[in-house]
Amino acid sequence: MAIDRLTGEHSIAFIRSEQLFDLARSHSLWYMAFGIACCAIEGLMSASGPRFDFDRMGVFFRASPRQADVMIVAGTVNLKMAETVRMLYDQMPEPKWVVAMGACANTGGPFREYPNVVLGVDKIVPVDVYIPGCPPRPESVQYAFIELQKKIRNRTGERLAARRDRT
Amino acid sequence: MTDARDIVTSVGELASEGTHDPGMPPAGIRRIPSGVDGLSTEHLIINMGPQHPSTHGVLRVIVEVDGEEVVAAESTLGYLHRGIEKLAETRRFDQLGTLMDRGDYVSGIHGEQAAALAVEKLMEIEVPSKARWIRSLMAELTRIASHLVWYGTFGLDTGAMGQFLYAMRDREAILDILEAVSGQRMMFNYVRPGGVVADLPVGIEAKIIAFCDGFDGYLEEHHALLGGNEIFQHRVKGVGVIDREMALAFGLSGANLRAAGVGFDVRRERPYDAYSELEFDVPIGTRGDAWDRYMVRMEEMRQSVRMVRQAIAGMPEGEHTAKVPKVIRVPAGEVYASVESSRGETAVHMVTDGGTSPVRYHYRGPSLFAVQLLEEILPGHLLADVVMMIGSLDIMLGEADR
Repeated sequence: MAIDRLTGEHSIAFIRSEQLFDLARSHSLWYMAFGIACCAIEGLMSASGPRFDFDRMGVFFRASPRQADVMIVAGTVNLKMAETVRMLYDQMPEPKWVVAMGACANTGGPFREYPNVVLGVDKIVPVDVYIPGCPPRPESVQYAFIELQKKIRNRTGERLAARRDRT
Repeated sequence: MTDARDIVTSVGELASEGTHDPGMPPAGIRRIPSGVDGLSTEHLIINMGPQHPSTHGVLRVIVEVDGEEVVAAESTLGYLHRGIEKLAETRRFDQLGTLMDRGDYVSGIHGEQAAALAVEKLMEIEVPSKARWIRSLMAELTRIASHLVWYGTFGLDTGAMGQFLYAMRDREAILDILEAVSGQRMMFNYVRPGGVVADLPVGIEAKIIAFCDGFDGYLEEHHALLGGNEIFQHRVKGVGVIDREMALAFGLSGANLRAAGVGFDVRRERPYDAYSELEFDVPIGTRGDAWDRYMVRMEEMRQSVRMVRQAIAGMPEGEHTAKVPKVIRVPAGEVYASVESSRGETAVHMVTDGGTSPVRYHYRGPSLFAVQLLEEILPGHLLADVVMMIGSLDIMLGEADR
């Protein structure tokens, strides 16, 4: 990084191209409009509403999985739904991330005794960020996206470090 | 036009006998002769959902179209089945509200009310008048919040975007009040058998009145923004007509039934909580189309504001809950308790044996009946109107699948 003499901010970044792409990606995370249950109202609707304003973070919804970067699993996944969740995940283009929102997507939540309910969406798709709560507040969802942005920005550095360790 | 389902059956029979033309298109597309000029057209099967931005949850509708026109539709349920009724048999009576909240998750208070009323009926608890008034106040605020979600998404279904942001702005104001009262934005678990968990916090009345004062004006703005739009009117007027007989035959309730011209409102027919003491009008439609459903819901919001004002003005003094034991044991019996939720008659039918949990618990979700009606009203309309009609019924899959 280089300091701009006028603004005093980092204006030039000497980074690898993959890091540049990840920097850009982390600021335009488009999530798939896929609300399963209660959490969808908080995480997808309220969070993108005027008060919490997800757009300012570059987070916006796309209707199709083929245009989406992030899948927010917002709700209880049962066995009938599990197949669809996996299919949608497979339809998303790489690179892709999954946010498990709420108790149901994390562990099955209040419905985990019921045999039809999947005990956590990580049994079906790899999960990057878990959000606790039933339902989590919109702020929690936005915090999860900030953590996801950090994860995306750091992943090249981690990969390079792993490569250095191997050699 | 012949009934499309007959065509589906006849082609299916042909396929099973192996006598069909080897040039048959793959499953999903059926080639049938039609038209005066002898051209053959194809019926196309389109799958909507369970991931679809406008099916309001995880509804799956399989639509068969002839060009742009829907000839048959089938709604598939069960993508959100999570055993609320069965789990209720393992829950204590004061925990039932937790499950009901997550059934109809946009208007949680109404579900809690139904569960609490059922327990109170069997135990013959006299609920203090203040608790009853608080319940009605919360229920009406929740109704406005729920109708605002419907209003915002119904506009999205017809292709408008701006009204969604305005609706969410007002909904946040209500959620602030509900959070101040109950401690949660959505899953309140505030109404319990015997009353409510806690008294209203100090100074909340001024906040509610301030919201009502603002919302009176905002409601006019909402109506002008969406209902005053000529494109919107063209989209919804005369579309998706549900006549009186069909609505009654399918067991519709709530705004969908009232838009069809039946003046049934549980708050009026079987008054519970404070509704016998509150003044309100029940708006009724005449044609039963999507426009009537829109108008009925907009008027319901106005009536809800009116009731909220009355509830604040007439809030009685006293206890917020009756004396209820810590571990509730309900005498053996069978009970049916219903409330008017945002979507219709939400009810609980419960059988008890004297223990601490129900033996059989049935949750009547009004959306289930609206979903079944889709197969009747969708054929004959354009594909573009399918999403709009699903939106106009204001369905909630959490309570349809349970």
